[in-house]
Amino acid sequence: MEWYWLGEYAPKLLSGTWLTIQLLVMAVFFGMLLAIPIGLAQVTGPKIFSLPARAFCTTFRGTPLLIQLWLLYYGLGSLFPYMDGIRSSFIWPYLRDAFPYAIVAFTLSVAAYEGEIMRGAFKNVPKGELEAGIASGMSRFQLLRRIWLPRALQNVMPTLAGEMVLTLKATPLAATITVYEIFGVGTIIRQETYRIYEPLLLIAGVYICLTGVIVVLFHWLENRVPKASG
Amino acid sequence: MDAFLEFLNILKFSDMGWGDNLFYGLLATLEIAIGAYLLGTSIGFAGALGKINGGPVTRFCLGTYTTLVRAVPELVLILLLYYAGTALVNEVLMSLGYRPIDISGLIAGIVVLGVVQGAYSTEVIRGALQAIPKGQLEAGRAFGMSRWTLFRRITIPAMIPLALPGMSNLWLIVTKDTALLAVVGFQELTLTTRVAAGTTRYYLEFFLIAAAIYLSVTLISNLCFKWLERRSSRGMTSLGH
Repeated sequence: MEWYWLGEYAPKLLSGTWLTIQLLVMAVFFGMLLAIPIGLAQVTGPKIFSLPARAFCTTFRGTPLLIQLWLLYYGLGSLFPYMDGIRSSFIWPYLRDAFPYAIVAFTLSVAAYEGEIMRGAFKNVPKGELEAGIASGMSRFQLLRRIWLPRALQNVMPTLAGEMVLTLKATPLAATITVYEIFGVGTIIRQETYRIYEPLLLIAGVYICLTGVIVVLFHWLENRVPKASG
Repeated sequence: MDAFLEFLNILKFSDMGWGDNLFYGLLATLEIAIGAYLLGTSIGFAGALGKINGGPVTRFCLGTYTTLVRAVPELVLILLLYYAGTALVNEVLMSLGYRPIDISGLIAGIVVLGVVQGAYSTEVIRGALQAIPKGQLEAGRAFGMSRWTLFRRITIPAMIPLALPGMSNLWLIVTKDTALLAVVGFQELTLTTRVAAGTTRYYLEFFLIAAAIYLSVTLISNLCFKWLERRSSRGMTSLGH
């Protein structure tokens, strides 16, 4: 075991860890935002909404994330340069960079898995509570905002930490499309120093620490939210 | 329309087409998935029995194994086990006086994914074993069944319906995890697709086809597991559904 390279690469490792955290937080945040309408559409929506929502969940849960990522980056990404006027438009710098593709792929994946969980969560809110809301004269939107959504979110709270850890474990795939998060930095170190195990072990350690932080954070968060009963 | 016909031409099952390559890629993917799943289930069985019946040392080791594997990304584990595993085998062989061997990607892939699967299935099987009503086991013992008969006639049949939902989920995960082996250069469906896409420049089309193949594997597996679940839970009392 030799660790002489640690000092030299420390700044890169730190920025890689930061990039991993950014990927994770953005993917889970946007993914959850998408998951709420996807879950709701499957439970209550008319067929034009519920069928596409279900198809979306099945498709994205049924294919490997690596394929989705490469489909977006190499597949869609290869089409953009041929579109008229896109090179001179303001979005071109973003389309050329790999980071947005990674964010979109991870977000869609989180949305699909979490959308399925949200479906169950919306479904499991006791009928009586919704009926009580209707009886008090709430409009449909008020019912959703004051009772249905908060109760559903309370139901998914315990699954969120697990989902976050799963997403964290998916982030190294971003390195395959040149997003140099912590795993990508590790690959660079392995190529430049010819050390095989040490960088991998260090990175494994970083992931274990991040997992620990997520678990502790959500444990704390869960204790602050009133417990779901029934 | 012409472009579409040209693409269909590229998909032909011949030396000039990529259809046969994709097919062999799918076979390799399924081979690894099945191998890793069987290995993982065996590890899971042993691990679950160890976690339930083992002493403090066994339980601590198994706890470390399941926790670590579930906290570290599969990609990192695959690289670690792939390099460390092959190096370890060769070192053992050399110290015994044999020549080092080239470990085939197939075996390495199966072992690596099997070890990862083992951690998850340990938890699934442990949960199922512990959910078996105690009275059933006691009834078996009262009949004078030996431990092996008890295991074969009562534990296994009572456990299967409880473990199946988790185990079917693990099968879906392992078929998708085989794609990660593309990163270490194993020629399964994903890497074949990438090579085909890179050579022919039909990136979008090839990745869409690969996605469709994976999706059909998932959907067909879903049907099989649904049938299995229905079959194995015959005679179970339904709990208020």
